[in-house]
Order: sequence, then C-alpha cells, then structure tokens
Amino acid sequence: MRGHSVDSPDVLVVGGGLVGTAVAYGLAREGAKVTVLDQGDGGFRASRGNFGLVWVQGKGYGLSPYARWSRSSARLWPGLAAALLEETGIDVSLKQPGGFHLCFSDDEMAEREKRLSTLQAELGGEYPYQLLDARELRERLPAVGPEVIGASYTPMDGHVNPLKLLRALHDAMQRRGVKLVNGEEIGRIVPETNGFAVHGRNAVWRAPKVVLSAGLGNRALGAQVGLHAPVAPNRGQVLVSERVAPFLHYPTINVRQTDEGSVQFGDSMEEAGYNDFTTTDVLSTIARRGVRSFPLLKNVRLVRTWAALRVYSPDSFPIYEQSLQYPGSFVVTCHSGVTLAAAHAMRIAPWITGGPIPDELAAFRGGRFLAADHSASHVH
Amino acid sequence: MFISRFNVSLACLATPLEHRHSAMTSKPLFRVLQPAPGTDAEAETAIQIWFNDQPLSVPGGRSVAAALLAAGVQRFRATPVSGAPRAPYCMMGACFECLVEIDGMPSRQSCMVTVQDGMRIHSQEGARDLPPLSDLNPSQASRENAHGR
Repeated sequence: MRGHSVDSPDVLVVGGGLVGTAVAYGLAREGAKVTVLDQGDGGFRASRGNFGLVWVQGKGYGLSPYARWSRSSARLWPGLAAALLEETGIDVSLKQPGGFHLCFSDDEMAEREKRLSTLQAELGGEYPYQLLDARELRERLPAVGPEVIGASYTPMDGHVNPLKLLRALHDAMQRRGVKLVNGEEIGRIVPETNGFAVHGRNAVWRAPKVVLSAGLGNRALGAQVGLHAPVAPNRGQVLVSERVAPFLHYPTINVRQTDEGSVQFGDSMEEAGYNDFTTTDVLSTIARRGVRSFPLLKNVRLVRTWAALRVYSPDSFPIYEQSLQYPGSFVVTCHSGVTLAAAHAMRIAPWITGGPIPDELAAFRGGRFLAADHSASHVH
Repeated sequence: MFISRFNVSLACLATPLEHRHSAMTSKPLFRVLQPAPGTDAEAETAIQIWFNDQPLSVPGGRSVAAALLAAGVQRFRATPVSGAPRAPYCMMGACFECLVEIDGMPSRQSCMVTVQDGMRIHSQEGARDLPPLSDLNPSQASRENAHGR
C-alpha cells in the first residue's frame, strides 16, 4: 500500500493540545510509534487558555462514572508529574493540597452538600469531603472575606501550571520518539483496508489507527469515521494578576495563586459560538467574586485577561469511543484536559494500543447523544 | 488593551540600542538622545529623587524608568521566581520588567509613572506583599492612573 513503510507510525494522533499530547505520550510509553498532527497557530487552543485545576470535587453529579474517572486521574497525577520531571526536567508544579469551593449563601451551601453527599453515596463512600462554616473556613483560609459564609473542601483537589504541562508533554513525547508535525490542517479522513488515510493540507498521513483529539474539530472529523462527537464551544474568561507574595495555599474553584505568585480568576461559562474575545461585564463579574472571596485582592493589579473555548459536549462529560463502523479510529475529547491528563496518558493510551477498555468508559460513548436526541423528541 | 498611549517624555526618548533577543538581562537597552530642537528646556531640568536611599539627580519631564536609566541605574528589580536582576524592556507598559517601589507603593510600572522631585524609589525585590486594605493610601493608589494611562 502506498504510504506504508517501515517509517509509518502505528498511530496518528490528530491534535497536539493537552489531550492529544497526553495520549501520544502514553502511547509512546506503551511502545507505539506515534505521529501527532498539530494545527497551526490559528487554532483555538483551549490548552493555552485554561485555568490549571486538577479538580475532582463536585464533578460527575448526574453521571458518577465521571466522578470515578476524574478521581482516578487525580490519583495518577503524582506519577505523571514525577515522570515528566524525570524525563524532561520540567516541573509542572503539581500541588494537591485539596481545594475549596467558597459559598456566599445558605442556598449555595445546601447545593454543595446535596451534590457532594450524592456523589459520596454513589461512590460507595470513597469520596472524602467536609463542609466548613465561616469560622472553620477562616482557620484554614485566613484571607477569606466576610461575605463568605462557608465552603466545601475535599482533599482530592489540586492544581498545576498548565502551560508548563503542555510544554512538558510536548517535550516528553518527542523524547520518546513521537513525531510532531506542526501547522497541519486535517480535512478528510478516509478508512482504508489496513487503516486510515488522514488528508492534511500538506500531506496524506497513514496509519492502522487514528486518534481524534482535535478539540472542537472532533465533531466534523468524527463524522467521517462513524464517531458521533457533537462538541461545541463554551467560552471561559480568565484574569491574571501581577505576582504577589504567597497568601493562598490552596486552589479554589474561582481563584487560585499560581506557583509563580500570580493570581488567576475564572469560572465563567458562556455560549458565544466561536468568539474567543473577552467582555467587560463578564470580566468584572469574575473580578468582583474574586474580591468578595479574598478582599485583600481589591488593589492587586491585573496584567492580562483572555478568553478560551472549552470543548463542550451536550451533557458536559467527555466522549471516549472506538468506532464500531471503522475499528481503529478513536475519539478522545473533553473539557478537562488538565485534570484528565494522567488518565489519558496512563489509562486511555493502553486501551488504544489494544488493552482492555477502562470500566468507566462505557458511560462516555458518543452514541449517548443520539439516544438522548431520540428520547427528547418523544418528550416534546 | 490597557495601554492607551506612550509615555510623555518623548523629547528625550530612550531608544533600543540593540536587537532584543536577550530579554532576560539587566544591561541597558537604551541610551539618552539629545533633546529635539525647540524642546521645553524646563522639562529637562534636573530634579532630585532617592533610589534605594541614595540621593540621585535625574532629568525631569519623563518617566521614572527613563529617569533612572538616564542616571545609570541598571538593576530595577529582582524576579519573584529566580531572583534574577531585571531592567526596563518595552518602555510602554506591556512587559512589567521595570517594576519598582515608588513612595511606598510596591510593583509600580516605572515606565508609566512621571518622575517627580523628591520621589522615594526602591528596587522591587521579588513579589510584593498584598497590603491589608486598611494600609492603602488612595492618593498613592491613583497616581499611576493619573500619570500613565
């Protein structure tokens, strides 16, 4: 077959963001020969705009396999961080001291309790958390403001430097022989007798297996190989401050102090299509909540603001599936590429190279949205 | 963007000396130009400031960064992460390399603040502390906005 030679990869990974590079790194650890096809600088690149949490608390409400999956990744994270440091010398600054979700009203506290107690029950008790009143919280986080009435805390949460993570994954996978192709735009994927032909703007790439980790591009690419991945953009806006002396030693859901001292503010969610610009009203809402959380931030200077597009599925949960129609093609897509990086490297990759499918993944097939669409049509 | 215009001291504009591949430096990237013909001489009059508790005579009518550079200051701050020395790089409010403490306010962008007679300036040593709210002096807090933006 044309294009198949001793140099051909075993797996083509479409997308060089946090998801694609984590999978590619994991595949290389499994001994696979991998080529990553990455888009040019015009890409939306959620991997360059995220908040950097390794977060478990509250995730998976309504679909507990996602709670187990996130928890599993958080547990594997120290191993990933250690391996990246050893192989690349890059310290991604993983810290997992547990995280706080600050609450400003009794309703919010009640919602946290409902969510976390439900998850704890669904996970058979394997889900430690605490609800703290204002006094207990102030003992743990002295800088919280008077409007904060309490918080939920779990020891499962943490954070990382997401830009160092992306760089470390790129470095680590290439040290293990992964070939990275930059500036390649994929249009067509054609199933062939012994694999797939992936048509880029610059070349046609062939391999027995192809992994779609192209973020928002997965929707159109998946459809060509029988994979249903109806992802859509969901905009998040982020503010970052000047570097200040350490005052906050735990991540919270909307404010965290980074390893180098800057303070990041975020947590907005908007449907704004493919518009990845910031808006003053959302930025000011985020800033106000940050100052209510920690009043000493009132006069901190902001140095940058940005927006990025989450890769969001209709129920917000990931999509992991091997095509039934064209086996050998996989889709791997989610909006939590940081939290799930360890699971992608250490649990998704072995599945792709032929190992057993992780238990949790049955819940994450793209076909669930076809079923949902169907039942929805009966409701209406 | 938060940068609306360049600093005001254009008559003695400090200009880049070399191609700036080496951002990570505290060697001066700028030199003082002769005033353009017709420049208001008063703007060039030397004023007295303090830098790290030493008196310093600097030309007025320009930013703190331009004044310190003109007086030969090379080390404006030490970075919070590695403690490496830093000096101004962009001179237009974007790079945050020129941070100094001015009249007690830490981490000012010295390229965005007009130098004033009697200013007490200190190099910015690492990250600033966030002050308790009660310690903030509003007139100091507004100076940068009034002069720089």
